[in-house]
Amino acid sequence: MLTTTSTAAGATRSPVPLLEVEGVHKSFPGVRALTDMRLDLYEGEVLALVGENGAGKSTLMKLLSGIHDADAGRFRLAGEPFAPDGPRAALASGISIIHQELNLMPHLTVAQNVFIGREPRRWRVLLDERELNARTRKLIDSLGLPLDPTAVVGDLTVAHQQMVEIARALSYDAKVLIMDEPTAALNDAEVATLHDLIRRYVRTGTGVIYISHRMDEIRAISDRVTVIRDGEYVDTVDSATTTTDEIIARMVGRTLAADARPRDVRPDRETVLRVRGLCTRSLLKDVSFDLRQGEILGFAGLMGAGRTEVARALVGADRSTAGEVTLRGERARVRNPADAVRLGIGYLSEDRKRYGLLLDQTVRANITLGALRQRFATAGFVRDRAARAEAAGYVETLRIKTPSPEQRTKNLSGGNQQKVVIAKWLVRDCDILIFDEPTRGIDVGAKEEIYQLLTELAGQGKSIIMISSELPEVLRLAHRVVVMSEGRVTRTLDAAEATQETIMHYATLRPDENPADAAELGLEPPAPQADEEPRKAGEP
Amino acid sequence: MTATKVSARESAQTGLVTVAKGRLQQLLAFASLIVISAFFSVASPYFFSYDNFTAILFSTVVIGTLAIGTTFVIIAGGIDLSIGTGMALCAVMSGVFLVDIGLPLALGVPAAILFGGLIGLVNGFNVAVLKIPPFIATLAMMLVAQGLALVLSDSAPIYFTDVAGYTDISTGNLLPGVRFPNAVLVLLGAALVAAVLLTKTVLGRYTYSIGSNEEATALSGINVRRWKIAIYAFAGLFIGLAGVMISARLGSAQPATGMGYELQAIAAVVIGGTSLSGGKGSIVGTLIGALIISVLNNGLQIMSIPQEWQNVILGCVILVAVYTDMIRKKET
Ligand SMILES: Nc1ncnc2c1ncn2[C@@H]1O[C@H](COP(=O)(O)OP(=O)(O)OP(=O)(O)O)[C@@H](O)[C@H]1O
Ligand SMILES: [Mg+2]
Repeated sequence: MLTTTSTAAGATRSPVPLLEVEGVHKSFPGVRALTDMRLDLYEGEVLALVGENGAGKSTLMKLLSGIHDADAGRFRLAGEPFAPDGPRAALASGISIIHQELNLMPHLTVAQNVFIGREPRRWRVLLDERELNARTRKLIDSLGLPLDPTAVVGDLTVAHQQMVEIARALSYDAKVLIMDEPTAALNDAEVATLHDLIRRYVRTGTGVIYISHRMDEIRAISDRVTVIRDGEYVDTVDSATTTTDEIIARMVGRTLAADARPRDVRPDRETVLRVRGLCTRSLLKDVSFDLRQGEILGFAGLMGAGRTEVARALVGADRSTAGEVTLRGERARVRNPADAVRLGIGYLSEDRKRYGLLLDQTVRANITLGALRQRFATAGFVRDRAARAEAAGYVETLRIKTPSPEQRTKNLSGGNQQKVVIAKWLVRDCDILIFDEPTRGIDVGAKEEIYQLLTELAGQGKSIIMISSELPEVLRLAHRVVVMSEGRVTRTLDAAEATQETIMHYATLRPDENPADAAELGLEPPAPQADEEPRKAGEP
Repeated sequence: MTATKVSARESAQTGLVTVAKGRLQQLLAFASLIVISAFFSVASPYFFSYDNFTAILFSTVVIGTLAIGTTFVIIAGGIDLSIGTGMALCAVMSGVFLVDIGLPLALGVPAAILFGGLIGLVNGFNVAVLKIPPFIATLAMMLVAQGLALVLSDSAPIYFTDVAGYTDISTGNLLPGVRFPNAVLVLLGAALVAAVLLTKTVLGRYTYSIGSNEEATALSGINVRRWKIAIYAFAGLFIGLAGVMISARLGSAQPATGMGYELQAIAAVVIGGTSLSGGKGSIVGTLIGALIISVLNNGLQIMSIPQEWQNVILGCVILVAVYTDMIRKKET
C-alpha cells in the first residue's frame, strides 16, 4: 500500500514517476537482500532511503547501476522499462550513482578522475589535458568545492576524495542522481554545501535518492522518506510531517531509548597518556594533551584540522618531527603501528577500506587477525575453534549482520564492515583505544550500541580518544573535548563548558593569533621526575 | 574570493611539486646510470670505446623493446612472463614467413610483429575474459611459446642468409654518414610511439586507471575487459618487434633462447620506477632501466666476472633500486 503523499515541493507533480521500482527480489548465497522491494521517485524531489545496516539499500542501488542483476522485479525510468546490464548502460540512461565506498583511481588527478571515460580529445584519440583541466576547474568552481584539478587524488583527504566523487556524479547531468552515504566523510559545513548543491540540482527536473544514517540530514534535505527493513519495503512518509522518532521506529521496528545515558563515568585523575609538543612535517604544530584513565577524550574540529593526523602520529603510522609521548610516566617510542599495539594503543582508522580490513578474508579472520598470535595460537598453530568462538561472540554482541563468521567481509554491508573493524580492535584488548569516526555509516540503533560500548569500555578503565565530526556524539560521550584548528590545539573543554557553540568557536579560531596556554589546554603540570620541558615546535 | 586565490596558489605549488617528483625519479635513475658507467670506465679500459657502446646499445634494443611493452601491462596492474620465449617464437615466425614461405620483407616483418600482438591478445583474453591471474596466464603462455618455437623450427636455428636486407633492419645505417645502427633508431621510434600512447591517448589513460583501481574504472562506465585485452595485445606487438630485432641482429632465429629475457625486462621496468602494483610508471624510466641492465651485463662481462656473480649483482641492483624508490616515496 503506497502511502499517498502530497508534493512537498508544492509543484505540480507529473503523474509518471521518474523512477519506479516494483517487486524486486535479490538473494545472495545465504542472504535474502531484497524481498518485493518497491520505491518511486518523482521529478524535482529528494527521496531519502533509510534502513538499518544490511537492510538492502546499497544492494538496490547496485541493481539500478547494473552491477548485480535482480532475481525478479521491474524498473521503469520515466515510464519506460529499464534493465541496465552494467554501469555504462546505467550512466547512458541517465542514472548517476555515488557508491558507498569511494571509487576513485588514487594515482590519477582530480580532473582525470572526474572525466574518466569522457576525456576531451583531439582527433578522437589524443587527450586534451588542458581542456580537461579547464572543464574540471569550471565544474569545481560552479559547485564551489575546494579542489584542485591537477592534484593527485591519492594525496587528498577522505573528505576531499568524497568531493571528487560528488563532482563526478554531478558532472554527468543525470536524470536520477543516487547518493549512497555521500556525507559519511564530510563535516557539517561541507554537508551544508552538498545540500545546497543537491537543492540546485533537483530544481532542474531531476530526482535524487539520498541514502544516509544521519537523521538530521535526512530531515534537512529530503521531501519524502522511504523506509526499508530487512530487505522489505516498510513505508514512505513525508519528511515535513513526520518526526525523526517515527522514522526510526519504522526503521528498527521498535522504539529506541535514545539519549538516555548521563555522563556517569568519572575518570580517574591519573594521566595515562601525556603528549607534549607533537609536530609533523605536513600539519601538526605543538600538539599537547593529556588522556586520563577511564576517560573518553573527544577530538573535535573541522575537516583538515589535524585530528586524524594526531592519531596517525601517535601510533607511528606517520612520522612525527618533534614531540614527546609519555605512557604511564614512561617515555614511549612508537615508530610504527606494531609498536603502538605492543604498548597497548589501538587505532581504529577512519578509512576502513584502505587501512582497516582484509576485504577478501572472512569476518572471523578479520576479527581475530590482530590477536592471532597472542590469543588464538599455541606454538604457532592457530586454534581455530577458539578463534571461531570469539568471532561468533562479537558477531552477536555487536549485532553484525552476516550469515556466519565465515562470510567474506566484502559481502557485508558497509555499516556491518565498520562493526567488524570495531570488533577487531576490541579483541586486542588495548588499554588506549583511538576511535576515528567510529559510527561512520552505522545505523541509529547500532550507534546507540556503540555509544554504550564506549561508555562501558571507559567504565572498565580503558582510555578512549574519540575523533568525530558529529558534534552531538562528541557532546554526548566525551568527558573532555580537545578542539583543534589548523593543526594546533586551540582549547580543551570540560564537559560542562562544551557546547556546539563553544566547540565551533574554538574550531574556527586562528591558532596563530590566539595561542592557548597550558591551563586552557587542560594540561597537567610536568611531573617532578620528568625534567625536560615540553619541546617547542621548531621547523624541521 | 580568497578561497579561490588560496587554492590557485596551492595548485601552483602542488603542480611544481609533482613535476619535481616525477623528474626526480628519472633523474635518480639517470644518475645511477652515469655512476655505473663511470665505474666501469675506470675499472676496465675496454668499456669506454665506440665498439663497446654499440654492443651495449644493441643489447639494450632487445631488452628495451620488451620492457616498453611490459611497462603498459605492469602499469595496468598485470604482469607478462611470456615475453622472453614469446620473442623467440616471433623470431622463429619471422623465419617461417621470410625463409620457409618466402614472403617479401615488407610483408614478413609486419606479420612477425603482428604475431607478437596475437600472443598478447591471447594473454589478454585469458586474463580479462577467463579471469585467470596474469601471473599464471602468462606463465602458461611462456611454456606454450617455448614449445611452439621448438616445434615450428624443428629445434634448429633458422638462418636469414638468403633474405636480402634482413640483418640491415638491425645493423644497417638508415641515416647515411652517421654510424648509428638502425636498431637504435627502431628502439627510439618504438619508445616515442609508446610514450605518446601512454601519456597522450585514451589507451594510456585507461592503462593507468585500470592499474590504479580496476573496480572504480569499471564503475565509471569503462569497458575494462576490452581495454585490458587491448593493452596486452598492444604490449604483444613489442614481443614481435623484439623477435624481429634479435633475429636480425643475429642473422638467425634461435628457437631455444628467450627464457630469462622476461625477468631482465621486468627488472628494467621496475628499476625505471614503474610500480609492480600498478597505476604508475613511465617509458623514459623504462628506457633508463633497460640501459642500466645492459650496462651492468656488459661491464661485468668485460671485467670477466663469472655469469653466476653477474646474476647476484643484478639481483642486488634491483633490490637497491626498488628500495630507494620506496624510501623516496615515503619521504615526500
Ligand atoms: N555480494 C554479496 N554477497 C553476499 N551477500 C551480500 C552481498 N552484497 C550484499 N550482501 C548482503 O545483503 C544484505 C544487504 O546489504 P546492503 O549492502 O544492501 O545493506 P545496506 O542497507 O546498504 O547497509 P549499510 O547501511 O550498512 O550500508 C546484507 O546482509 C549483506 O551482507
Ligand atoms: Mg550500504
